[in-house]
Amino acid sequence: MHLHEYQAKQLLSKYGIRVPRGIPVSTVVGARQAALELGGDRWVVKAQIHAGGRGKAGGVVLVRSLDELEAAARRLLGSQLITKQSASEGLLVTTLLVEAITDIARELYLSVLVDRATQRVLFMASAAGGMEIEEVAAREPEKILTTRVHPAAGLQAWQCRLLGYGLGLDGGQIKELQRLMSGLYRLFMESDASLVEINPLIVDAAGGIMPLDAKVNLDDNALYRRPELVALRDISQEDPREAAAKEHDLNYISLDGSIGCMVNGAGLAMATMDLVKLRGGLPANFLDVGGNATAERVAEAFKLILSDGKVRAVLVNIFGGIVRCDLIAEGILKAVREVHVAVPVVVRLEGTNAPRGLEILAESGLAITTAADLTEAADKAVAAAAAA
Amino acid sequence: MSILVDKTTRVICQGFTGKQGTFHTEQAIAYGTRMVGGVTPGKGGQSHLGLPVYDTVHAAVADTGADATMIYVPAAFAADAILEAADAGIRVIVCITEGIPVLDMLRVKAALQGSGSVLIGPNCPGVITPGECKIGIMPGSIHQPGRVGIVSRSGTLTYEAVFQTTREALGQSTCVGIGGDPIQGFNFVDCLCRFQDDPATEGIILVGEIGGSAEEDAAEFIRASVTKPVVAYIAGVTAPSGKRMGHAGAIVTGGKGTAEGKYAALDAAGVATVRSPAEMGSRMRALLG
Repeated sequence: MHLHEYQAKQLLSKYGIRVPRGIPVSTVVGARQAALELGGDRWVVKAQIHAGGRGKAGGVVLVRSLDELEAAARRLLGSQLITKQSASEGLLVTTLLVEAITDIARELYLSVLVDRATQRVLFMASAAGGMEIEEVAAREPEKILTTRVHPAAGLQAWQCRLLGYGLGLDGGQIKELQRLMSGLYRLFMESDASLVEINPLIVDAAGGIMPLDAKVNLDDNALYRRPELVALRDISQEDPREAAAKEHDLNYISLDGSIGCMVNGAGLAMATMDLVKLRGGLPANFLDVGGNATAERVAEAFKLILSDGKVRAVLVNIFGGIVRCDLIAEGILKAVREVHVAVPVVVRLEGTNAPRGLEILAESGLAITTAADLTEAADKAVAAAAAA
Repeated sequence: MSILVDKTTRVICQGFTGKQGTFHTEQAIAYGTRMVGGVTPGKGGQSHLGLPVYDTVHAAVADTGADATMIYVPAAFAADAILEAADAGIRVIVCITEGIPVLDMLRVKAALQGSGSVLIGPNCPGVITPGECKIGIMPGSIHQPGRVGIVSRSGTLTYEAVFQTTREALGQSTCVGIGGDPIQGFNFVDCLCRFQDDPATEGIILVGEIGGSAEEDAAEFIRASVTKPVVAYIAGVTAPSGKRMGHAGAIVTGGKGTAEGKYAALDAAGVATVRSPAEMGSRMRALLG
C-alpha cells in the first residue's frame, strides 16, 4: 500500500522529524485559506497522487501570489495527472498539499528499504539528491552510500556518522541526521514499511536538514496489525479492476494486450503470459486465481477479465494440485452461463481430475475449445484473438 | 539417494488440527510420508488422524524423535512457529504459510543463523522426494522417482516441471519449492549445492522468476561449482516494471531483476535456458539422453 506525500509527512512528524509547514486541501477555497494560514507570499502547490514524476508533469507548482495559487489549484483539482510513472490515463487529483517555501542550500537523497540480498534493513544515501536515484546508481555508483542494520542491534550511531561524513555534513548536521535516521528506522519497523524515501533531503539556508518530499510504501502482508495505517488507503488511486480483484482474493494486474489469462499460481500465470507473447499474442492481464480456487472465484475471475473491453479471447490454464480440475470446469461453466461471454474461450486443464474436467466442458455443449498442452493452448488463444 | 528428506524422515505438522494442517497431513500419510504427530497448543494429549497431538514442538520432538516439520499456521503466527521448531532442534523446517510480513522473516532469518536448522519457504509448495516423503501441498500423483532435481520459486510452475519430467520418463530425485517471498530460507545456491553432491540427481531444472538477484547468484554458482546439466526457465519476460506479479518477491524495480538479465547471466554460465515453459522436460531429456 502507498501513502500520499502529505500522509507520509504527517507520519514523519509523529516520529519527531521536522518537515516543511504544509496543509492538505481538497478545494480551491481551502487552498487559499491554507496559504493565508501559512503566511508569506510564495507557496508550493503539490498534487497528491500515487506516482512519482509529478514535477515534470506539472503537478508541483511554485506560486507567487494568491491568484496564481488559486489558478493552480483550479487546474489541478479534479484533473487526471499523467506522469512517467502513472498509468496511461493518469491518476485523479483530489488533494493538494500547500506548503510554505523553503530555501534550499543542498539537495541530498536518503531512503530506507529491505535489502533482499543481505536480508537486512538498508539505509541508502547520496549527495546527488533530487535526481532519479536509479540513474545515479547506474552512472555513478560510487556516489551511493549504504549501511545495513542488524535487527538485533538496531540502528547504531556509527552508521549515521558513516553516511553523514560521506554526505559532507558538519558536526551539528550529523547530530541532526542521526535524530532523523533514528526516527526513520523506528517509523520503518513500527509501520511495517517496505520503502521510505526522502528525495530530496535538503540542507536549508540556515544549515538545518529536512525532508522536502517523502514517499512511504507499506507491506500489504502486515496491514492486519496496522489498522491506523489502513485508514489512510486511497482507493481513487488504484486501478478499479485490481481493487475489485482484491475483494475476491484474486490477484489481477491489467496489461495492454488482447488475450485475457486466468491461471492458478503466480509463477504459472507469468509463464502463461510469456508463452502467449512467444506465440505471437499479447496478454491483457496477469490473473492468479490462487491455490484454493472455487467455482465462485473462477466465475468472479471471468467477470473481471471480461470487464476489460480489449479482451478478444480468454485463455484458462489450470494445473490442478490441491484444486481439482472438475471443480474448475464447473466454475467455468457457471461463469459462461452467468456472464455473457462473447469471446472465444480456450481451456487447458492438467493435474488432479483433469480428464473429468475436460469431459464436463465437452458435455456442456458450450463453445469452449480445449487444448492438450501449454503450447497448443497458447496457439489456439492467439489464433482466436487474431480472428476476432 | 535424494536431498533434505527421504523415507527415514520423521515428520510432524504445526497447525496440525486446523483445516489446512488436517487436509495436508492426510495427503502426506496417504503418500507414505512417515508422519509421527503434530502440534496444536492447547490440544496436547489428544489424538488426531490416529497420531498424537502435542502442545509444543519440544514435547513432540522428545516423544517422537521428529526431525522435520511442515508449518500450516496462519501468517501472523508463522514466525513464532518457525523459531519454535528451530529451538526444538528440528532439522528441516518447511513453512507453507503465505503472506508473512517481511520484517518478521527478516528477524527470523537473523535468529536462525547458526541454529543448524534448514528453513524451506515460506510461501512455498514444500519439498518432496518421490516415493519416499512428501512435505507440502504438491499433488503427489504427478511425481515419479527418478533422475532430475527440481528447484523453483513458484508452486504450480514447479508442478509443470515435474509433470514434464514424469512424461519424459526421467522422474525426479527431489523437488524443492523455495517460495516466492523476498526473504526466504533455503535459496537456489543452497539447493544446487545439495543436488550437485547427490548421486541420484543427474540433472537439475531451475525455475526462476523476475525480482531480486537469486538467479544471478545461482548462475555464478553453477559456473564455478556445478558439473551436472542444468535447464533453466525464468517466468516474467512480459511483466511490466513496477508491478508486483503475485509473489511479494516478483517485481522489477529500477531496471533490476528483469527476466532478460537473469537469462543473460544463466546463458553466460553455460546453463541450457528455455524460453518456453513447455520445454523444460524435453530439454532435460535431450541433455540426459
